[in-house]
Amino acid sequence: MAEKKIGLHTVKLKNPPSILSTATIVGPKEGQGPLKDYFDIILEDDLFGEKSWEKAESKMLREAVRLAMNKINLTPDKVDYFFAGDLLNQIISSSFAARELGIPFFGLYGACSTLTESMSLAAMMIDGGFADITIAATSSHFSSAERQFRFPLEHGNQRPPTSQWTVTGAGAVILGKEGNGPYVTYITTGRVVDFGITDANNMGAAMAPAAADTILRHLKDTGFNAADYDLIMTGDLAKIGMEIAVDIIKQNGYDISSKFTDAGIEIFDLSTQDVHAGGSGCGCSAAVFAGYLYSQFMSGNLNRIMIVSTGALLSPTSTQQGESIPGIAHAITIERSVGI
Amino acid sequence: MEKRKENEIKNTYQQIVQKKVPQSSILKDAVFAFVVGGLICDVGQFFMNLFLSLGVSKDDVGYYVATVMVFLGAFLTGIGVYDNIGKYAGAGSIVPITGFANSIVSPAMEYKREGYIFGVGSKMFVIAGPILVYGISSSILVGIIYYIIKILAR
Repeated sequence: MAEKKIGLHTVKLKNPPSILSTATIVGPKEGQGPLKDYFDIILEDDLFGEKSWEKAESKMLREAVRLAMNKINLTPDKVDYFFAGDLLNQIISSSFAARELGIPFFGLYGACSTLTESMSLAAMMIDGGFADITIAATSSHFSSAERQFRFPLEHGNQRPPTSQWTVTGAGAVILGKEGNGPYVTYITTGRVVDFGITDANNMGAAMAPAAADTILRHLKDTGFNAADYDLIMTGDLAKIGMEIAVDIIKQNGYDISSKFTDAGIEIFDLSTQDVHAGGSGCGCSAAVFAGYLYSQFMSGNLNRIMIVSTGALLSPTSTQQGESIPGIAHAITIERSVGI
Repeated sequence: MEKRKENEIKNTYQQIVQKKVPQSSILKDAVFAFVVGGLICDVGQFFMNLFLSLGVSKDDVGYYVATVMVFLGAFLTGIGVYDNIGKYAGAGSIVPITGFANSIVSPAMEYKREGYIFGVGSKMFVIAGPILVYGISSSILVGIIYYIIKILAR
């Protein structure tokens, strides 16, 4: 029996790693949203001085990592492992960032669930005694995602009301063995769940069952309920997916609606920013967590939260071949202090 | 048995989702499409009248108007306006020939960064391609039917 495992799919970290530093870089549209005061850098131009959006996205990821390191005077040679992933084919944003950083690198693909996927592994690596300092990072870019998954930007098409707006943003989180918190304490790893949604313009609905599945298993495994958390935030279910997830969780005996929010709803003003159902993308939960929520921990407004980044594991090819969209959601618990 | 139960869950879930999904306002979309599509046709008519008044023959005026409208569609795409029109007008700005221009110019702009051969060259017709394939195919089909009817009518 694994000594740190509790329940079915959750681990309780024995030596919870501390978050040492975070950094966020977001695009101009995110910089006009309600969380604009919490981001480190807001780009004026989403090309970030580069020749293509792919290059710009990779630079955002790389610079977010560098900025997070600079904040605590950390140099790359002190970092044991770098976990990162993004939405682009062959995760080029991450690996090209890793090329510049020179830190041993694990490339991940979890679609928009990458923030908590990378943080899960980065935390386990430290708790397991394999590393002292690790970095988890992820990015997404509206324009690079749009051309890979949908239409050219200048094409005059209409988006359905269920569609979501890919966040242009990157977030980096540095974890360390020694630190003053907040700490990563529990990890519940997601299963791939597919309830047969085929509409790529309704990813929130495709991911909602996965989010509900992970949250329910987490609550059962840990014995927590909504009252134990200040906040439970999913990654990018947006308006429709979030409502569905709350309903499914309620049907299974947990009412979390008073503590529940979604990063895709927090990052944009849905009524004025023309994003339809809300934000999406790896950068969505990354920017909201590494920017806004981390600062709330530092100012003492939060004690224990659960982040559940959600990913839709589709590709343009799978959609064209009529495949349904599998979803995944990874949960991590973050606490201001540990002990007792 | 397992499979049937799984399908049942999926069906129930899709019904739940259907209820939650906000519907596009068909009336509003149709009015926007009608008005904008109509305005684009008015512009076309304006140029047709202009060319006719300048002495272009009735047989040729179509080529003149199409050239101008394709230019306008491409120009508005290039300066980043056409996609904003399309956001509101939908089919109203996709169906006219200006929309056809937009569907060719927008990928040409988008894929320039992958170079002129594998970018612009191979991606230019990524949206318009199907329209051409099925447009040309159906015109051949209609042509054959027309030919047969002509023989029979003799």
